[in-house]
Amino acid sequence: MDFSIFALLTQDGITNGAIYALLALALVLVFAVTRVIWIPSGEFVAYGTLTLAGLQLGRPPGTIGLLIGMAVVAGAMEVYGCARRGDARQILRQLLVWTGIPLAIAGAAWWLATPSLPFWAQILVALALVTVLGPLHYRIAYQPLAEASVLVLLIVSVAVHFALTGLGLWFFGAEGSRTPAFSSETFQVGEIIVSVQGLFVVFTSIALIAALYLFFGRTLFGKALRATALNRVGARLCGVSPNLAGALTFTLAALLCAFSGVLIGPITTVYYDSGFLVSLKGFVGAIIGGLVSYPLAAAGALLVGLLEAFASYWASAFKEVIVFTLIIPVLLWRSLTSHHHEEDE
Amino acid sequence: MTARELPFGTWGYIGFLIVLAGLPLVAPPFWVTLGNYVGLYSIVALGLVLLTGVAGQTSFGQAAFVGLGAYTTAVLCTEYALSPWLSLAVGIALTTALALFLGFITLRMKGHYLPLATIAWGISLAMLFGNVEGLGGHTGLTGIPALDLFGYEMRNERFYYFLIWGIALAALWATDNLLDSRPGRAIRALRGQLEMAEAFGVDTVRLKIIVFVYAALLACVSGWLYAHLQRFVNPTPFGINQGIEYLFMAVVGGAGSVWGAVIGATLITLAKQVLQDVLPTLLGKSGNFEVVVFGLLMIIVLQRAREGVWPWIAHLLPERTPPPVPDAEPLAARDKAPTAGPLLEVKAARKQFGGLIAVNDLSFTIRGGEILGLIGPNGAGKTTMFNLISGALPLTAGEVVFRGESLGGCKPFEIARRGIGRTFQHVRLVPRMSVLENVALGAYLRGKAGVLRSAMRLDRVEEKRTHAEAARAITRVGLAAHIHDAAGSLPLGRQRVVEIARALAADPALLLLDEPAAGLRYLEKQELAALLRQLKADGMTVLLVEHDMDFVMGVTDRLVVMDFGEKLAEGVPAEIQKNPVVLEAYLGGV
Repeated sequence: MDFSIFALLTQDGITNGAIYALLALALVLVFAVTRVIWIPSGEFVAYGTLTLAGLQLGRPPGTIGLLIGMAVVAGAMEVYGCARRGDARQILRQLLVWTGIPLAIAGAAWWLATPSLPFWAQILVALALVTVLGPLHYRIAYQPLAEASVLVLLIVSVAVHFALTGLGLWFFGAEGSRTPAFSSETFQVGEIIVSVQGLFVVFTSIALIAALYLFFGRTLFGKALRATALNRVGARLCGVSPNLAGALTFTLAALLCAFSGVLIGPITTVYYDSGFLVSLKGFVGAIIGGLVSYPLAAAGALLVGLLEAFASYWASAFKEVIVFTLIIPVLLWRSLTSHHHEEDE
Repeated sequence: MTARELPFGTWGYIGFLIVLAGLPLVAPPFWVTLGNYVGLYSIVALGLVLLTGVAGQTSFGQAAFVGLGAYTTAVLCTEYALSPWLSLAVGIALTTALALFLGFITLRMKGHYLPLATIAWGISLAMLFGNVEGLGGHTGLTGIPALDLFGYEMRNERFYYFLIWGIALAALWATDNLLDSRPGRAIRALRGQLEMAEAFGVDTVRLKIIVFVYAALLACVSGWLYAHLQRFVNPTPFGINQGIEYLFMAVVGGAGSVWGAVIGATLITLAKQVLQDVLPTLLGKSGNFEVVVFGLLMIIVLQRAREGVWPWIAHLLPERTPPPVPDAEPLAARDKAPTAGPLLEVKAARKQFGGLIAVNDLSFTIRGGEILGLIGPNGAGKTTMFNLISGALPLTAGEVVFRGESLGGCKPFEIARRGIGRTFQHVRLVPRMSVLENVALGAYLRGKAGVLRSAMRLDRVEEKRTHAEAARAITRVGLAAHIHDAAGSLPLGRQRVVEIARALAADPALLLLDEPAAGLRYLEKQELAALLRQLKADGMTVLLVEHDMDFVMGVTDRLVVMDFGEKLAEGVPAEIQKNPVVLEAYLGGV
């Protein structure tokens, strides 16, 4: 391997690693606040790419149908919940939040989805559509089980992953899509050719990571979310609603994933079921950080990206095998360094 | 719950067996094939019932173990012309080694690492099957020979059906036996009661690994059967999606019962068959749309019926009253002959948490046959001192000597083995197990039966003696009327008494009670006091940690009063009641 190939692979690895890092952050964030191991995060990445690809064709993407369906179900669940509590006054308000707003966003996206829509606006519409799915799927699948054990929530996650993959096939079809890059320009530093797109990916990721770090470490709201993670009842007594915290966390996490989808679209062809492997790579990174540390999770994701780039050069057929087998030494290391085994829950 | 406790009448069994045995004789080939698959899936799901429903761990990678069993026999039988029976042994050895390794690295950590790891290596293994040269790539391996049973080639699916279901029923029988045994009680405590199980001598990490290996072996056997049924293997049925479906089978059927595995496997297999036919026509598109239905079904099951389908069926069956526990020879009792000096001696015990000194050079002794009360206001360090004796916390300095032997550095189960029984401040019972089974768990260290012996039902003599021993402990504390009730259905006061019975079943020389009166009503406290007096009359030594003064004054022989981690006073109750320093600490001065 000569230096130019090495440089190319490293650049590839860092670019992919930066995307996995965003995903790893979303996973740590969701786990920290809601104890959900968010397997379906990958579907949000795929939806992000496929929604943007749909808008590129100048027609309303399949996401709109999915959004309408989920908004109706979430609204129905709220109405049922209010009716059972005998809380009639809340019905209208909850309907507005869970059905009205999503439908308004779906309507706006429908109206905007024309061939004349500029590229940056397409990205915004795609992000908005996929982000709204975050709190909606939380409301439908996870919120009724918020007090359940991590294990039950994990099984729900896998069930949601199954459902969203099948729905992805239905709404987006079996064909893969790519989306255009923000920039196809390159420049040369010494012998290395650097792509502007790659730099953009890396710097956006770094900026988002820093923003999250500050949000959770420095703001009252971020601290409230962390408190919910530690003790739901305690947080409720202090005036933090766990349901609101969950919905907001999933909004933020869905946005991160949709953004990853927009970033990954120009690099690889994305199919309705591509998300699963992408999210698992994020998980390998997040596990390196023990599912709690943001900086370690990001570093782990970077390692995954690099490993993947070099593995695809040396043994492309075994690329995924090598990446996923990495989890074994990582777990071995974690298990040998953590002395006491912990009680579940 | 086990089948023997379950309301499952003999007629239910007979009916099930008739339908099962009759199917291949009368049904068209298509149904026989389905029946074969249900059998194969049931074997895998059964392992998940034990792992997920009972032990509270889970795996999404069981399909990879199935693949390991299938590919091992495929390669060995075609390339090396080995006998399928020998290749089964090789498959079992390989699976055991892999499961031991994976279990060792993941089961020492929190519950969610195992499932995440199983997803990752489940994908890896399935990809290996598809990419390694010798394994035939994505087209797979053909020409696997049929099984040879006593010189008869099992090529006919109808005959093969009996082999599959013979093995499936044997696995059901063995798993059900296992749940109703000494290791079974410990396995059922793994879900959420690790600290309690350890205090009674269970090596929980080892047991979790054993359960994981057991589930993996069932999957491997299913794979071996599959390979010789199809006589052809390719990577598709061993992928991660199939692994997830196995878990769905166990959860939908009801992961709390061995029958849930069969019901779940049947329901999911039939549903898949129907949905794969109906959905594409209905939607006008081709594709795996049944995953949407399965996903939604799982979400609804987990939200609305966490126990799956089985409880509804169990509810319909006639209830069977469990028979009275027959008397049997007692288990070996420990030597409780008095030793020279006090039974337990605490010498300048010290516990520091960072800068906080919770117990500050405390010394006291417990003489054989007395009830010693350790009292003090909230935050005095009583529970910390308790944990130093029970081994739940290590000493910073000082020594605890029991029957002339230092307990320094002993783990909780080693202390239990030396003859110190304990109860917990927050009741730690396995709520769905009967009072009898909970108390029998206390005698864990007095039995020997392992997983294999229990699964083969060779543990009955010991089991009978354990049950009789537990029943005696229950009678001793006055709960004979509730012996078969689920422990979780009793009021708190009774649950605390069950905890005492469980500690008694361990045949202790010293009983440690951690705030047994907390949260009890007046009458319950009086009953508890009477029980303690009776235990003392029988010669039991008790250390009672309490802050309820009235209760303690009535039952103890001597008191040690603690405040801020130090000994404030020591003496008989009447003296302590008049001691001005104690009154000051409790009432803030009179």
